[in-house]
Amino acid sequence: MSADDDKPISRLARLLGVLVAARTAARAAANRGHSVPRDAGGTEHPGSGIDPSKRVVPSDRRAEGLVALLLVFAAVFAFAFTVIYVVLSGDTQLLGVAVGGALLSLAAACIVAGKFVVPQETAIEDRGRLLDEEQTGEAVEMIEAGGEGISRRAMLVGAGGVAGAALLTAAATPLASLGPTLKSLHETPWARGVRLVDDQGRPYLADEIQIGSFYTALPENKDPESFGAGLLVVRLPAEFIHLPAPRRDWAPYGILAYSKICPHAGCAISLYRYPTYAPTSEQPAFTCPCHYSTFLPGEGGRLVFGPAGRALPQLPLMIDSGGYLRAAAGFHEDIGPSWWGVHRAQS
Amino acid sequence: MRRVFLRWLTHRSRIPPALRLSLAVVLATMAIVGIAAEPSRGQSDGSSAGAPPTAGGPLPEPDSPTKTPEPQGPGNPTKSFPDSPALRAQGFTLYQSSCSSCHGIALQGTPGTAPSLRGVGAGPVDFYLSTGRMPLEQPREEPLRGSPAFTRPQIDALIAYIGSFGGPAAPTANPADGNLALGFRAFTLNCAGCHQIAARGGITVNAQIPDLQEATAQQIAEAVRMGPYLMPHFDSNLIDQHELDSIARYVLWTRHPYNAGGWGIYNIGPIPEGMVAWFIGLAALVIVARLIGERMDEPV
Amino acid sequence: MNLVERYVHRRFERASRSAEQRVGLAAGIKWAMRYVFPDHWSFLLGEIALYSFMVLVGTGIFLTLYYIPSDSQVVYHGSYPLLQGTQMSEAYRSVLNLSLNVPAGLLFRQVHHWAADVFIASIVLHLIRVFFTGAYRKPRDLNYFIGLTMLMLAILEGFAGYSLVDDLLSGMGLAIAYSVAMSIPLIGGQLATLIWGGPFPGNSTFWPRLEIVHVLLIPAALAGLITIHLAMIMRQHHSQFPGPGRRERNVVGTPMWPAYALRSIGLMLAVAGLLFLLGGLIQINPIWQWGPYHPYLSENGAQPDWYIGWLIGALRLMPNWELVIAGRTVIPNPFWGGAAFPLFVFVVMFAWPAIERRFTRDARRHDLLDRPRDRPVRTAVGAAFLSWVVVVFAVGSTDRIFYRLGVSYTEQIHVWRVGIWVIPIVVFFATRSACRSLQRSGAHPLRAWQGNVVRRRADGAIEVLDDSPDRVEPPMTEPPVGTVPGQDPR
Repeated sequence: MSADDDKPISRLARLLGVLVAARTAARAAANRGHSVPRDAGGTEHPGSGIDPSKRVVPSDRRAEGLVALLLVFAAVFAFAFTVIYVVLSGDTQLLGVAVGGALLSLAAACIVAGKFVVPQETAIEDRGRLLDEEQTGEAVEMIEAGGEGISRRAMLVGAGGVAGAALLTAAATPLASLGPTLKSLHETPWARGVRLVDDQGRPYLADEIQIGSFYTALPENKDPESFGAGLLVVRLPAEFIHLPAPRRDWAPYGILAYSKICPHAGCAISLYRYPTYAPTSEQPAFTCPCHYSTFLPGEGGRLVFGPAGRALPQLPLMIDSGGYLRAAAGFHEDIGPSWWGVHRAQS
Repeated sequence: MRRVFLRWLTHRSRIPPALRLSLAVVLATMAIVGIAAEPSRGQSDGSSAGAPPTAGGPLPEPDSPTKTPEPQGPGNPTKSFPDSPALRAQGFTLYQSSCSSCHGIALQGTPGTAPSLRGVGAGPVDFYLSTGRMPLEQPREEPLRGSPAFTRPQIDALIAYIGSFGGPAAPTANPADGNLALGFRAFTLNCAGCHQIAARGGITVNAQIPDLQEATAQQIAEAVRMGPYLMPHFDSNLIDQHELDSIARYVLWTRHPYNAGGWGIYNIGPIPEGMVAWFIGLAALVIVARLIGERMDEPV
Repeated sequence: MNLVERYVHRRFERASRSAEQRVGLAAGIKWAMRYVFPDHWSFLLGEIALYSFMVLVGTGIFLTLYYIPSDSQVVYHGSYPLLQGTQMSEAYRSVLNLSLNVPAGLLFRQVHHWAADVFIASIVLHLIRVFFTGAYRKPRDLNYFIGLTMLMLAILEGFAGYSLVDDLLSGMGLAIAYSVAMSIPLIGGQLATLIWGGPFPGNSTFWPRLEIVHVLLIPAALAGLITIHLAMIMRQHHSQFPGPGRRERNVVGTPMWPAYALRSIGLMLAVAGLLFLLGGLIQINPIWQWGPYHPYLSENGAQPDWYIGWLIGALRLMPNWELVIAGRTVIPNPFWGGAAFPLFVFVVMFAWPAIERRFTRDARRHDLLDRPRDRPVRTAVGAAFLSWVVVVFAVGSTDRIFYRLGVSYTEQIHVWRVGIWVIPIVVFFATRSACRSLQRSGAHPLRAWQGNVVRRRADGAIEVLDDSPDRVEPPMTEPPVGTVPGQDPR
């Protein structure tokens, strides 16, 4: 806990402690005071024929006094709530203590009253039967009697069944208009020539991309909230890059771009580890913070740990005449979580 | 007291024998696994890290680090540490006794063990030493924050000595110049993925990520520009000086976050919240239920 | 004072007669007042859930007056310095405003969130009580199914509620929920785009729809199910533990009026009071510290609320299996942990009454409860199943264990992939043996002691008394008097 927490918290903690102590003491006093004569029930075997019913009227003045006191407490707290709300413009902690204190005082009053003030009774009630054979039989007969005299029963029942099924289907059909087509699941804002910009809209120059750093890129002039928009851009030295043959020209100057959305469950991948000294630590990798799927940017986004079912989709990059990074093409597979019709990578 | 203790020691257990045995087995297993499962520092999760292969030929000497600190952008403030021949001499002595076994007598590093320190500059030296991350017991261990092995004058001496081998000037950050909201946005985008949104730390695969509650502004600036251990580094194009000041300001702010709702329960989210709901909230209500209701073996 | 008492009595009688002339419920009220509730404290756990629900509805009404279900992006220029100039959705800003600018706004928000956590926790505890005492047997199996349905709805409702805020943490959770929906074989793509109105993050109709689900549809369903749940209890009368005078066909306990009603009202006030105390004193879901959600942002250590924790554990534990046949991803990975696992757990819970009926060949009506120790196999199976779910739940926080204790995350996952199968087996045998041992000794598991009371006589000799005062008589193992095995007692 920080130093700022101490002052109001310790104040409230002390207040709370006083409250609890007072109520405990009060209840303990009530317990000592009253005497509830108990029947000689003892520990009988169940089924030994003992009648457990009883009625005891406590008439305990101390308990009644305690109830009254608790009700007064409740009133004080409730009044305090109004005061705090109006005068102190509602400090959350004090308001909470006021309301909580009022309700707990009332609760204590009810419980003390319910256990030590009002008559304490143990009664027996019969459960009654649930299955009444006679009534059930009569009910079934009455229902069936409604079909008395109908001769073409089978035909009517069959027609009714068809009508019911058709009506249910009709009722469910408007659901179809709620959803869009599935084509949009394959689309992202990235296409050949779209420029990579940062979250402020500033375009990335290829020269700026440093080894050992990582960058979040978004498509220029497109919706940044779109699922496929976010990219991770890193630069790796040649010794860490082992891309499959078809992707050799996807990484100009060792600059690689991948979808920022994890193909497991859709979280943004925001962990990147790059070793200061590779021989004693890990190789460069992205990790997703949700379930810790780990992908190697140097190997086409290959998964090395975690539950993701496919590799991280890679975006081919190119550098335009002005030195800016642009997408060389759209994604060659779908980004985001897998589903029945997801387009997986070919290689 | 002794009698009570002896009585506790020899008291017959109420726990049935079979349950006791099962508990013992489970606890023993946990103990063994706990001892055996040292954090696999430096070990990979299926594919080996390996030394960076060179294009034929012997390893160059010195044994270069895989990434080097980013310099401050032109015109950006740097921190200058004290420097003098006496200080360098002292630094030389300290270095030989504490660092040279891994980093080499001539700062050239040891292949497979420690990188060269030539040209790292003052920033990394100040960072690693003032946070107690170096000297490191085992080369494959993760450098974690601890109490510094050197006093401030000794650290200055080592900075003077190692800095004499060249390298960029140490970066610096002034939180007072930063903007809190800008710092929060920049931290969220670049840092929260590892360090947690309120700088409470976390993990990645095979490394612990520190909470930043003890980091000073100077250490923050140094870490951002150099990227210690597995942390990436960020140059002035990505995080300019104003953003760096702002990030430092935000990180320092996280030491006393705005807990308007009361006790912040460590600001790490739903795990402590769930514990409070069960072990304070529900537990209190179960106690109330016990007070209201009867118990099974009480006389009727 | 006699005068006051007589005055109050007269006015009350007049009011009652006046009401009766219009409504005519006196007989029903008499029945209700004489209605008997058994007294055991564990029967109050369901009431804790009920009263938490009432607090949720009450505080929820307040919150609903301030929330704006819209994802249009706005720039914040309010009173909180950390978010000045930050782009966020209107929904997030409305909750920010409620938390930081409306007097008592944060109090009601926090009470609401704590109530949700406690609501589901109390349902789970109530479910555990119902299971281990065998209360789900006929005629209460229908009510048990209703309870399980309410548990499912409550979990969905809680998730929907904290996702409405559109903060960084809950936004990440929604992305995962979307992925789980997508992962359902064959129909996942259609289902997910149906719910979200397109690919994630969906179109602008998603937020008003989510709000209506959370504010109207599920609460109405819950209210209806609660009503049926309570009505069925009233119809069947509450079950009870065996004891003096207690039979299968009677209920022994306290009549509703005055003692039980007062105690129940007291419990309701205690639940509300404690939730307000929590809501005022302990911070929960401080969204102003998380910041708004954007699909390209995330943070380390993000967790769902506790009742979704079992799913994040399952998702993290699963190896990267995806079933691909002829280019079609038949079973995407999130399906295992996010859909199949909870489905399996609920299917087992729904099927349990039938499973037990098959194994014990006992289809009679039961109104007397079992002590858990008297059914060692059921208790052991329940404990093992519970331990399986709890361990998966615990695995969801292994990242924090790595952080605190330095035990590697990858190694923990590998260990727990085996551990979640080993631990339930150990728990099964340990529990079964503990039950049998407790049956033999007859002791209370926590309070009784296994010893003898001795007394020193006047002549100095030690005399061993026969009975220790806390020893409980061994339980009866025959069926209660009045029932013939194999026949319904009526």
